[in-house]
Amino acid sequence: MTQSRLHVPHPPARPGEKPDFSYLEIPPAGRAARPDTLASALEIEQLGTGMVRVLDEHGQAVGPWNPHLEPEELQVALRHMLLTRRFDERMQRMQRQGRISFYMKSTGEEAVAVAQAMALQPGDMLFPSYRTQGLFIVRGKSLVDLMCQCLSNTRDMCRGRQMPIMYHWAEGNIFSISGNLATQFPQAVGWAMAAAIKGEDRIASSWIGEGASAEADFHHALTFAAVYQAPVILNVVNNQWAISSFQGFAGGERRTFAQRGPGYGIPGVRVDGNDFLAVHAVTRWAAERARARGGPTLIEHVTYRAAAHSTSDDPSRYRPKEEWQAWPLGDPITRLKEHLIGLGEWSEERHAALEKELEAHVTACWKEAITYGTLSEGPTLDPVSMFEDVFHEMPQHLKRQREELRRLLAEQHAAAQAAAAEG
Amino acid sequence: MAQMNMVQAINSALDVMLGRDPRVVVFGEDVGYFGGVFRCTDGLQRKYGEHRVLDTPIAEGGIVAAAIGMGVNGLRPVAEIQFADYIYPAFDQIVSELARLRYRTAGDFCAPVTIRTPCGGGIRGGQTHSQSPEGVFTHVCGLKVVMPSNPYDAKGLLISSIENEDPVVFFEPKRIYNGPFDGDPHKPAVPWSTHPKGEVPEGHYAIPIGKAEIVRPGKDATLLTYGTMVHVAEAAVRLVGVDAEIIDVRTMVPLDVDTLCTSVCKTGRCVIVHEATRFSGFGAELSATVQEECFWHLEAPIQRVTGWDTPYPHAFEWDYFPGPARIAAALRGVMEAR
Ligand SMILES: Cc1ncc(C[n+]2csc(CCOP(=O)(O)OP(=O)(O)O)c2C)c(N)n1
Ligand SMILES: [Mg+2]
Repeated sequence: MTQSRLHVPHPPARPGEKPDFSYLEIPPAGRAARPDTLASALEIEQLGTGMVRVLDEHGQAVGPWNPHLEPEELQVALRHMLLTRRFDERMQRMQRQGRISFYMKSTGEEAVAVAQAMALQPGDMLFPSYRTQGLFIVRGKSLVDLMCQCLSNTRDMCRGRQMPIMYHWAEGNIFSISGNLATQFPQAVGWAMAAAIKGEDRIASSWIGEGASAEADFHHALTFAAVYQAPVILNVVNNQWAISSFQGFAGGERRTFAQRGPGYGIPGVRVDGNDFLAVHAVTRWAAERARARGGPTLIEHVTYRAAAHSTSDDPSRYRPKEEWQAWPLGDPITRLKEHLIGLGEWSEERHAALEKELEAHVTACWKEAITYGTLSEGPTLDPVSMFEDVFHEMPQHLKRQREELRRLLAEQHAAAQAAAAEG
Repeated sequence: MAQMNMVQAINSALDVMLGRDPRVVVFGEDVGYFGGVFRCTDGLQRKYGEHRVLDTPIAEGGIVAAAIGMGVNGLRPVAEIQFADYIYPAFDQIVSELARLRYRTAGDFCAPVTIRTPCGGGIRGGQTHSQSPEGVFTHVCGLKVVMPSNPYDAKGLLISSIENEDPVVFFEPKRIYNGPFDGDPHKPAVPWSTHPKGEVPEGHYAIPIGKAEIVRPGKDATLLTYGTMVHVAEAAVRLVGVDAEIIDVRTMVPLDVDTLCTSVCKTGRCVIVHEATRFSGFGAELSATVQEECFWHLEAPIQRVTGWDTPYPHAFEWDYFPGPARIAAALRGVMEAR
């Protein structure tokens, strides 16, 4: 008789230990075949176990997935990724100075959002996670707008109702970011179903972290997408960590996240998430498939969360500090930069100049954003506006509560004035 | 006795129970190796091993469902939901399953699960890190619902919850994890070491579920409240200068009607305070109970001071939070009524 025993997943290394990514099999760039966009999910199951990679270790684009983008487009991509990183760094600093309450960086995974937003059409609807700020940057949302949201100031698109980074952009076809994990995944499928019902050629795309893929909403998304062959791209951003839990706690020890797709009858493609060209190519492939009535695709982006989970987190408590340096897929920005330099379309000088330009741009945006108010300094939103938008039309009980708050604020104001007059 | 903040008191309760009862298992997102995002389970995995203190996948429905299965198979699971705002994916498992298992099987099956979850605002968490959904669960038959207001109670009540044969939803007001909070965010933070209830025995003790506590005896009016708002109510009473009796409800289900209503019958005036939204909030149940039990003793209409009926807005946290000024106004209101 043998007794059963609970298996508890262990990350390869904890603080003080040597980083170890040997669990990750990395095939050489160019090896994965690029199947027809309408190939059946079963036919292409191997795309879920390997890894689509285009940029090789010398920074050259190789193999059938090379999207053959124009150098100008790659330069734009580099700019978007760098801007995302500079923006993240600035906002993190501003949080540390107490100017905003919270922040989450996307450092190390900028290629995912930037490449995908560039590979999709402007009319396609995006259902983002909190770590895909690059989507907004590619689509042209001004940094000032994003900063104003983080500041909860008078120009905040959420009118002070949301924590920092919970952006949305209706005109830009980007849905609202939710604090509740994974909810957007099946919603994107519903949006895509509506596009199909209405007979449009627009598609939807959504992102979740590998950790959040454990939520039931992941299953809802894949089931509905498969049943209705919805024109949707479902992305799992596998950055190895979900706060302190490594990807094994989301089931990554047994199967790749991409491999879940075929179980539902959906192609699953695993891609080097730090390879701009590969992410772009795979997204194009999935988008073509969706538009050609080929249905949904599940994409797993293999990447690494280089920064802390959020400004409330201290990763040195649960993972080796050196992991990011040891990450075998490198830095997406460096890789694209080296590729462009190899093409003769970029140089260290131009890169340095771009960095400087973007840094100045971020500074100018921040200076403008704070003129619309900060957490501590005016101008401020009117607190009684909090009662608006709960419903389309304000019911009686909310009107009454609004009056009560108005009275209260007036009293507070009068008391403060009286105190100031005395003092 | 030791000095503990609420996080340490909760940790100590779990430690005591893991040590005493091999059936106790503790799990949740980031609970194991890391020790929880609020550090409530710090050090427990190291002490009791990975089979008793577990990290879980990010799936609240899965966490509660697994807790039910473990409970049915003889364990005493203590599951953490990282924020009360993230409890909803588990709603079906809690409402349709956990709460009713004993009833629908005529007592043949039950799952003595404790669900711990941080609740409440005041930490700039916006609408997804600030909610107080206790009223949602008090409306479900078969669940006990508890919310402590200090370290001493937190430990004693958590131990009782784990030892209880029924499922318990145990809400932890995160604003007061590190110290009592009187509702003024501009004052420097006060640690629990300044408060008598920051003295906590290291060993086992239990505070019975279903017993309210008179926090401040008084004869002019009764303030019924729980969680963070106990401390805010105390500040409001100091502000108004009336001799009000403050009662910490502590357990919402089952409710200590005797203690509450004896007080209101004595004072004839009642103010109910909670941070959760007003409409169909737990205050409505308290108000109805007081009306039914104390009608002939009431000198003034019962007043409720609560969060507004909107989601918790990030920028207007302190306009939303029912602070001492609003409680004081209600208190004056019931005192003036004749
Ligand atoms: C329903 C729900 N449960 C828990 C949380 C708390 N939480 C926020 S982010 C996070 C980790 C998510 O990790 P992952 O999905 O891998 O995304 P990443 O942060 O790595 O981008 C957790 C547990 C939440 N926001 N919502
Ligand atoms: Mg992750």
